[in-house]
Amino acid sequence: MTVRALASLLLLAASSALAAVPAQNALEPHGVQALAIHDLWRLTLLVCTLVFAAVLAAFLYAIWRAPRSKERTAPDVAVLDQPEPKLRRPVVIGVAVSAVLLVVLIVADFVTERRLAHLPLKDAVRIEVTGHLWWWGVRYLDDEPSRMFSTANEIHVPAGKPVILKLNSADVIHSFWAPSLHGKKDLIPGRTALLHFRTDKPGVYRGQCAEFCGFEHALMAFTVVADPPEQYEAWAARQRQPAPAPVTDLQKQGLAVFMRSTCAMCHAIAGTEAGARLGPDLTHLASRSMIASGTLPNTRQYLAAWILDPQRFKKGANMPPTPLSAQDLNALMAYLETLK
Amino acid sequence: MSADANNPVLDRSWSDPPGLIGWLSAINHKTISIRFMLTTMGFFAAGGVLAMIIRLQLARPENKLVGPDFYNQLFTMHGTTMMFLFAVPVMQAVATYLVPLMIGSRGIAFPRMNAFAYWIFLFGGLMLYIAFILDIGPDAGWFAYPPLAGPEYSPGKRMDFWAQLITYTELSGLLEAVILITTIFKMRTPGMTLNRMPLFVWTMLVTSFMVMFAMPSVMLASTALITDRLVGTHFYNPAEGGDVLLWQHLFWFFGHPEVYLIFIPPLGFMSSIIATFARRPIYGYPVMVLAVIATAFLAFSLWVHHMFATNVPELGKSFFTAASAMIAIPTAAQIFCWIATLWAGRLNFRTPMLFALSFFFILTIGGLTGIMLASVSLDLQVHDTFFVVAHLHYVLIGGAVFPLFGAFYYWFPKFTGRLMSERLGKWNFWLMFVGFNVAFFPMHIAGLRGMPRRVYTYPAEMGWNLLNLVSSIGAAILAVGILLFVINVLVSRRRGEVAGADPWGAGTLEWATASPPAPGNFAQPVVVASRFPLWSPGGVAGVVRGLADDRREVLVTSVLDAVPNHRAMMPESSIWPFVSAVAVTVLFVGSIFTPWAVVWGAVLATPPLIVWFWPKRKATQMNLEREVKP
Repeated sequence: MTVRALASLLLLAASSALAAVPAQNALEPHGVQALAIHDLWRLTLLVCTLVFAAVLAAFLYAIWRAPRSKERTAPDVAVLDQPEPKLRRPVVIGVAVSAVLLVVLIVADFVTERRLAHLPLKDAVRIEVTGHLWWWGVRYLDDEPSRMFSTANEIHVPAGKPVILKLNSADVIHSFWAPSLHGKKDLIPGRTALLHFRTDKPGVYRGQCAEFCGFEHALMAFTVVADPPEQYEAWAARQRQPAPAPVTDLQKQGLAVFMRSTCAMCHAIAGTEAGARLGPDLTHLASRSMIASGTLPNTRQYLAAWILDPQRFKKGANMPPTPLSAQDLNALMAYLETLK
Repeated sequence: MSADANNPVLDRSWSDPPGLIGWLSAINHKTISIRFMLTTMGFFAAGGVLAMIIRLQLARPENKLVGPDFYNQLFTMHGTTMMFLFAVPVMQAVATYLVPLMIGSRGIAFPRMNAFAYWIFLFGGLMLYIAFILDIGPDAGWFAYPPLAGPEYSPGKRMDFWAQLITYTELSGLLEAVILITTIFKMRTPGMTLNRMPLFVWTMLVTSFMVMFAMPSVMLASTALITDRLVGTHFYNPAEGGDVLLWQHLFWFFGHPEVYLIFIPPLGFMSSIIATFARRPIYGYPVMVLAVIATAFLAFSLWVHHMFATNVPELGKSFFTAASAMIAIPTAAQIFCWIATLWAGRLNFRTPMLFALSFFFILTIGGLTGIMLASVSLDLQVHDTFFVVAHLHYVLIGGAVFPLFGAFYYWFPKFTGRLMSERLGKWNFWLMFVGFNVAFFPMHIAGLRGMPRRVYTYPAEMGWNLLNLVSSIGAAILAVGILLFVINVLVSRRRGEVAGADPWGAGTLEWATASPPAPGNFAQPVVVASRFPLWSPGGVAGVVRGLADDRREVLVTSVLDAVPNHRAMMPESSIWPFVSAVAVTVLFVGSIFTPWAVVWGAVLATPPLIVWFWPKRKATQMNLEREVKP
């Protein structure tokens, strides 16, 4: 099918121009599983394209060769009483070939499923991901409780190592989908699902919620950052640390603003008295590249505007507007910027 | 066509009374069917307008035309309208017109129930749209997954209106299924054995049986949702031992067969149109019938392919992959039989034929992407993305809407007595065909490139901008095509070429009646000896004598061989189906607000039903007389 080929070529050209954006694309696989699925995709696309071409060719040839008629042309009813062996053979062959091709595709799918399921999981990083309206809670699990830590919306993983995601939901059904790494898996309240993946290529991969989850379903993105292993270890070590104590007066004042305004009602900052779990963990907020679940870049201007009125950017988000004086806001920003 | 003699006595006895009361009392199957078709097409237009707003919003990234609240209502209303208020009922509406004519009957079984089913459907649809206009339109998607659709995450009345709409359409759909099965099994004209039934009648028979098995599942699901929301049951609340996946199983056990409720009747349209315009019977009649039956069985065994991303067991998924792929085989068999028919036919490319032939292009793509979705691994990538949106529109528009438009062009002269304009028809077809493909083909690529469905906005740098803009332009072309159809209907109804009984030289019985048919359809019901009675050399085999003309008398025949059993009296026109529908609507709408409405609503709905069935002295007298003196 030339149309399809042309269209994908065009898009390939368009996509290379935008290479700076993290990949969120099943056709640009970088995970072991996404690659396996992509192999199956290519086989299926090939078979289906050939079948489509064959059916269309048979159809077009049939209507090209058949003689033309008018409403008053005498109908050919003789065929009601006699078999038509000439038509029978191609129909039987067509159905038989279709059945064989289907079996081929079913077997290919079965083999691919086994490939997906048989990822070696030795030394896997275990991460619990919890879907919330409309953000992702992330908790790194460890046999030793003191080594666990929480973050949100930005998941760092070591490249070349398997990752086990334990998927839960705090409210409605969400779906975790980073197409360049693996297919999606639903986060279902009352059930725990597991998703394994591995990518050998360091990079940033984007994903977003794929199961309609209400108001801001469209603005529920996340990133998976695959770091080289040593870099990942360094990152994880930093994340395990509590937040640094504020140093300057302005920063101290900022923490005070955080604790006395509505912030502390929902957010946790390890190392302070803020321990609420209704919103994303902010212990290392400044280390993340985006805020509001992939909605805004994590810059001082956007963060300040977001805190003052989240509804401007993400209508319906559970975070209320926080009216702060310019002075308080300035102090709060100074403090939040220390949460590296 | 001696059957088409004028018979004023018969016309009078089958006519509905005049005036407003008469209009509300109408039960003639053709009158009800025309209203039903117009209503469903009205909802199709409304759903189309919603789709255009969706495409306007998505034409640009980060568009601010509509916000998430309205957008979520838009796509929920669009899906609900197209599935429940258009695609399934429009097939039943067309069938209630054509089936009695195709099987040579003067009427339809349970005509008052037919009128009741129509009114219930109308009131249900109006309820939903009134709610939408009042900003209480449902907003949790047309498959309304709990807990999002449940009491905690959808407070207010929006989802209650949705769940109650399901009750309405199920009631209407189940009644129509009962009516059609009874009509097809017991009212075929003598000689029309099962083996001689037109393929369209076969498809409606199979569809009606599927309705009876599929609808109870969604009825159970939506009733449990209503009670969760209204009286605090916990069917879908995991915190109290309920299960959110229960909904998905019950809903898709209905929802997947529903696709075939929409897709199977058009297979019958295809067979009718292709036979007529290829001037020969469809090749492989038994294969066509068995394929439809096989499709119906398989359709109930693949619902889990909507749930591959949930944590159902892996081996179980493989079974559903196989079942989902296997359903392509009967469809392939039918496609090959049609191609064989075209191969050996002599073709006439009138507008109905163009619409039918587009099936081979559009549905084949939709079927092949369906095979991709049947694969667990591929589905994990494209599930809930625009790829699925593209796939389902290729299947439903290519497999159902294009053949349906062909069917309208084909049977319009039967409905109105006039042909539709061929020139406008060709424009209509090509605009729809091009617009459709331009709108929906890019969505495959958008989905593969990571665009989830049901998003009201997307960031500009995702690489989806051009694809979405092209889709929106295609949608506009498609809309212009559909607008031309409306214009063509309006113009042709008054000024179209007068058709005569059989303008296409077709061979099935509906073309033996006048266009439009007289109130009693057949002055003298014909006896048939062939699948295409009007094509038989020497015309129809004979006529039935002995049916009374001065009352609504029909012939009841045996299920398999259509051997005459006895004569039955059909009821007179009555306003009570309408009044009952109003009373039931009070019950249904009331119970959105208070569970007590079920109690007092039932009290209110009972008297009209009693009056509806109250025996009339005159009718009883007449029946007794008839037993003595036929």
